[in-house]
Amino acid sequence: MSQILGLYNYWIVILLMMAGFYNVIARGNLIKKLIGLNIFQTSVFLLYISMGKVEGGTAPIVAEGMATYSNPLPHVLILTAIVVGIATTSVGLSLVIRIREAYDTIEEDEIQQLDEGP
Amino acid sequence: MDTFIHLASWLCLLLGCCFCMIGGVGLLRLPDFYSRIHGGGVTDTLGAGLVITGLMLQGGLTLTTAKLAMILLFLLLTSPVATHAIARAAQHSGLKPQVADDAA
Amino acid sequence: MSNFISDISLQIDLVDIVLLTILVVVAVAVIRVRDLFEAVVLLGIFSLLSACIFTTLDAVDVAFTEAAVGAGISTVLFLATLTLTARKEKAQYSHSWSGFIVCTLTGGALIYGTLDMPHFGDPDAPIHQHVAPRYIVDSPEEIGVPNMVTSVLASYRGYDTLGETTVIFTAGLTVLLLLRRDRRSRDRSASPPTAETTDRRGSHVMRHAMVLRVMSKLFIPLILLFALYVQFHGDFGPGGGFQAGVIFAAAFVLYALIYGVEAAQRVAPPARVQVFVALGLLLYIGTGLASLFAGGNFLEYKVLAHEASHGEHIGILFIELGVGITVAAAIINTFFYFAGRGRA
Repeated sequence: MSQILGLYNYWIVILLMMAGFYNVIARGNLIKKLIGLNIFQTSVFLLYISMGKVEGGTAPIVAEGMATYSNPLPHVLILTAIVVGIATTSVGLSLVIRIREAYDTIEEDEIQQLDEGP
Repeated sequence: MDTFIHLASWLCLLLGCCFCMIGGVGLLRLPDFYSRIHGGGVTDTLGAGLVITGLMLQGGLTLTTAKLAMILLFLLLTSPVATHAIARAAQHSGLKPQVADDAA
Repeated sequence: MSNFISDISLQIDLVDIVLLTILVVVAVAVIRVRDLFEAVVLLGIFSLLSACIFTTLDAVDVAFTEAAVGAGISTVLFLATLTLTARKEKAQYSHSWSGFIVCTLTGGALIYGTLDMPHFGDPDAPIHQHVAPRYIVDSPEEIGVPNMVTSVLASYRGYDTLGETTVIFTAGLTVLLLLRRDRRSRDRSASPPTAETTDRRGSHVMRHAMVLRVMSKLFIPLILLFALYVQFHGDFGPGGGFQAGVIFAAAFVLYALIYGVEAAQRVAPPARVQVFVALGLLLYIGTGLASLFAGGNFLEYKVLAHEASHGEHIGILFIELGVGITVAAAIINTFFYFAGRGRA
């Protein structure tokens, strides 16, 4: 029971990850896939930041009267990851725009049909 | 004096949460789009305003309170503008408000 | 009553549970919704709620960045893409059982992996034992900057941040290559733009939007000022180069949304902004080279001044400035290329 209480945070975040993952693999619309990828990414960030939290700690900014701080290392890692995530999202979205201009559709199966073609 | 401020801030926080819930109910239950964003407006102004006032009372006279006061000012200025923008967009795309027919 | 108030951990747990539950509902809704516009707005809600959860988990810098980037810029870019592509998903997908099974198996494997993990919030967890206490204890003296995240990001792990800035630069470059309208093809294909056709993004609607124009004129200077505050205050509170760059770019995006992309491009011509994308990265690398020439290693800031912590301050100031310039310019240009693709 205490294990459930101690770990439910991670389990719910894994549920979120799988929801985003399902979006990526089971939906054919390219923009839906990118949205699912973003949800997956943000849930991974939640997992890392949950690992960095120290009970009774505070934000890792030196302040008077605070003894315990939460671990700053996952924060640094995730800060980088968020910005890299927006960079890849913008590249992905520009690819979707170009695909739409070339194929006139953004559904994956229609694109495959047009590629195999008559 | 201290307990009075404490009580006042608790009152503001609880009232603020009540108004946020009322706004939420309005957002879901009102019949028409334009009346729904009215319901959302309660959350933006009164709900958020009371919660921030409660937090300011908790904070006393510090830099945090000054920052909260500025946040309150910006929230009160920008939330109605956002609601206005949504209503403009709806009107521009042709959504008509639901008006009661005059029966008699 | 006072016992309940002082049991902060119980309260944080309750807030956590409620927020995570709403997140699960939002994520499932994104799967089921057909209209892409609704899915994008749900994604914005997801980002904002995870920013709230980051705040309860003491990650204030991360919450700041997630709110600015995820709920702000990401939503704008997705909406810009939606206007250029499609509005609705093709409605023929029933449940994909193979996908569901794959997700369940992967989720099961991950949950099995978490059974060995230390409990949430455990102060004796291995990740709090080796490197982190050294940073927490030594960073105020060695670097002298209260915000430990900034000191680790900019000084101890400055090389990683250089790589990240290069990633942003590369992404800005890629969007330019993919989406910039070549001037020759535009002059060949389009007739000379008249006042009506230059901004099909809706500027002729906005010409009469008095409330929006006045309020945005009031707020854009304040947004820019706030961006500068966040940039230079990142040493003492949450903030830093990334957040400041995103907020700075958001002011330009707001201007472009209300007054039209043409007017915004007169203020910030994409060719000039492209120079700034590279300039920020050059500033970063230049700081590293300056420390090389001053006698230390690459990105070793303490040789930049007579005293070690002054040198660190100077170094962190310049590289955060470089990061902020690159991020702001990259996002402004990305938005301009997205918005400019649909015209002509």
